[in-house]
Amino acid sequence: MSKATEPERPAGGAEPKATEPEAGEGRRMSRRGLFGLGAAGAAVVGAGAVAARSLLDEPPVAHASSASDPYPFYGQHQAGIVTPAQDRLHFVAFDVTTEKRAELVDLLQEWSAAAARLTQGKEAGSYGAVGGAPEAAPDDTGEALGLPASGLTLTIGFGPSLFDDRFGLAAKRPAALADLPKFPGEQLIPEISGGDICVQACAHDPQVAVHAIRNLARIGFGRVSVRWSQLGFGRTSSTSRAQTTPRNLMGFKDGTNNLKLEDADLLREQLWANAQDGSAWMAGGTYMVTRKIRMMIETWDRTSLLEQEQIIGRDKGEGAPLGKKREFDTLDFTAKTSDGQPVIAADAHVRLAHPSFHGNAHLLRRGYNFVDGSDGLGRLDAGLFFIAYQRDPRKQFVSVQMSLAKTDPLNEYIKHVSSGLFAVPPGVRDAGDYWGRTLFD
Amino acid sequence: MRTAIHLTFGALALAGLTACGSGAAPAPASSSGPAAPGKIAVAANDTECKVAASEVAAGTTTFAITNGGSKVTEFYVYAPGDRVMAEVENIVPGLTRELIAELPAGAYETACKPGMVGKGIRNPLKVTGEHKKLTADAKLAEAVASYKRYVKSQTDTLLVKTQEFVDAVKAGKIEEAKALYPVSRTYWERIEPVAEIFGDLDPAIDGREADLAEGDEWTGFHKIEKDLWIHKDVSKSGPMADKLIADVKTIVDKANAAELTPLHLANGAKELLDEVATGKITGEEDIWSHTDLWDFAANLQGSKAAVQSLRPVLEERAPDLVKTLDEKFAAAEAALEVHRKGDGWQLHNELSKAELKSLSDAINALGEPISKIAPVVAK
Repeated sequence: MSKATEPERPAGGAEPKATEPEAGEGRRMSRRGLFGLGAAGAAVVGAGAVAARSLLDEPPVAHASSASDPYPFYGQHQAGIVTPAQDRLHFVAFDVTTEKRAELVDLLQEWSAAAARLTQGKEAGSYGAVGGAPEAAPDDTGEALGLPASGLTLTIGFGPSLFDDRFGLAAKRPAALADLPKFPGEQLIPEISGGDICVQACAHDPQVAVHAIRNLARIGFGRVSVRWSQLGFGRTSSTSRAQTTPRNLMGFKDGTNNLKLEDADLLREQLWANAQDGSAWMAGGTYMVTRKIRMMIETWDRTSLLEQEQIIGRDKGEGAPLGKKREFDTLDFTAKTSDGQPVIAADAHVRLAHPSFHGNAHLLRRGYNFVDGSDGLGRLDAGLFFIAYQRDPRKQFVSVQMSLAKTDPLNEYIKHVSSGLFAVPPGVRDAGDYWGRTLFD
Repeated sequence: MRTAIHLTFGALALAGLTACGSGAAPAPASSSGPAAPGKIAVAANDTECKVAASEVAAGTTTFAITNGGSKVTEFYVYAPGDRVMAEVENIVPGLTRELIAELPAGAYETACKPGMVGKGIRNPLKVTGEHKKLTADAKLAEAVASYKRYVKSQTDTLLVKTQEFVDAVKAGKIEEAKALYPVSRTYWERIEPVAEIFGDLDPAIDGREADLAEGDEWTGFHKIEKDLWIHKDVSKSGPMADKLIADVKTIVDKANAAELTPLHLANGAKELLDEVATGKITGEEDIWSHTDLWDFAANLQGSKAAVQSLRPVLEERAPDLVKTLDEKFAAAEAALEVHRKGDGWQLHNELSKAELKSLSDAINALGEPISKIAPVVAK
């Protein structure tokens, strides 16, 4: 169910990179019959075996040539951040239940091997859903048999609670991973907030995203426990200029001014952590904030078009700034109406969130719509599962959200019900590397 | 009078034991050297367990256990790792019960358990003489035989306890029946996978109201549970109680005659954990009495007994798996142990969601390695 037609690749855009160099099976790899381990499933060797091959010079992937192709799993940065936002999400947060550091490291290595396979459209384990002994429970759950990779990306993050004394990580907690302050008006539910580890699965096919999370959860039993998870659909942000801007459930285009993978300088400055930021292990990583934002859509839908547009600061049809014609026209916060009122209200959502009011702080938003059925009161349990990546949440998300929480008239129609904060480590370089190695080395 | 029964995991601990158990146990009143043919007398009381022999010949040995104490007792023969070779439960004061054990040569321990709790009063038992080294097939056959001994011991007590429960119901003794309800079910829940082999009998004994289709007749434990806890009236429950004990008798005969295979054991161990995950953790099994944790404990014990029976095979073929199973069983037992209360367990509705989640996590952690037993056994 794609809302947007397949966009044209911009002239001079990066060549899509569809397959892993080592995965010689070619594109459109089906999951069936791939019982060989291949490079992606090769046994992960311990720390220190990281190959010297540098991936720093890889051009960013603009977009895969079709929605079924795989994205590379290995790279300087984790996939699923600047990757052009796929249409579907299954996000999960785990609590670590083992008390043994070695078991946690083993799990991260097993997960990395499985993720390398899954993202390339292969099965979670080497026997697969139907290739093992008939008496054995299959090592893949099977619901993605015959489905292509579908642009699956798997992105891991480590929450503040992991950096306690259980695994000796307290001293490694980055300063930027400071607990978020309490924001006015939020009504956070602890059971669906936080977590020691998160995994974001994005794909063009919800079955593929769910399959990935389900298999990772299964591999983790006894070492981690699912704390909460969230399904999302209809990406609410574009992360590439090759994508059209999608709409959130309020009916407005969302993410027009988002950071895009083509903004190389801004990404360096605003998105990627580096060693000088204070945590060497986070170089090439970034920080993720998640907020589950319930929308009171029934009351929103009864709101006049005029008020809706004034609250947001853009027109609903085109997404243009009020007073302008086109979506990507520049926001002009000084423009006045004939009677001297600002064209874009002082408390309009786009103004409160704009980088120019937050020391040029940008966010790379990657949120999704959600509808979790209905709430028993005849209302849809719906809203936005907001995900934002940034170099330092203290200067970026916290600054923006604090001003929104205090004065955004949109608050009448939304409620933040869950919150997550995660340090997203750098990418996995190759089959000898694993998720979070730089933290545990 | 309610018999206090503690469901202890110590009785079924998989962890390897040192050669000798309780140092406080009195020395066995026995001569050295193999005992003469015939029965070996065991004099048990609340503090002692005198076994008339410490060495027997390989083959069949019969123990005659006399309870001279004031507490109900049990008698076990354990192989290393507390694998039950034979056991007899529910030996009431003043009674003598016999136990027939098939023992190949090796080092064993006997145990009396006054009050039916704890590790018991242990004595070493040496079994000597010729016995052929088991082939792989013979090892599997021994695993099945070992599990069948377990089923026998459980069904013996199931009959006794269900009869007590039925008698209390028919006598209108509601409080006594309520106390006996989770206890009698314990012996049932430990061996339910065997019961499930017999199609209609399992639902007749253990069907829940929620499982019924339009027009189905509802019988068994849960119907009486509703009479006890919801209607608070068992004046019309007599015929239902009679049917329950009749059905239990039928299934006990069938269970003990059943041809089991090693795969039955492996899959049974998994199914018991599935039962815990889907019925007991959710509180759907005993929705009126809330005694789900009794069933939970029994399922876990039954699962462990099946795994134990297979242990010699698993140790040879998948030693790492055995290590994992030991760890995860211990973790699941520890998670449950938190909720012990008096002679039994906390009620399901006394547990918080966080407590239930911790139990659920422990069962998931154990369930995955247990699912790996079947292919090892099938090799």
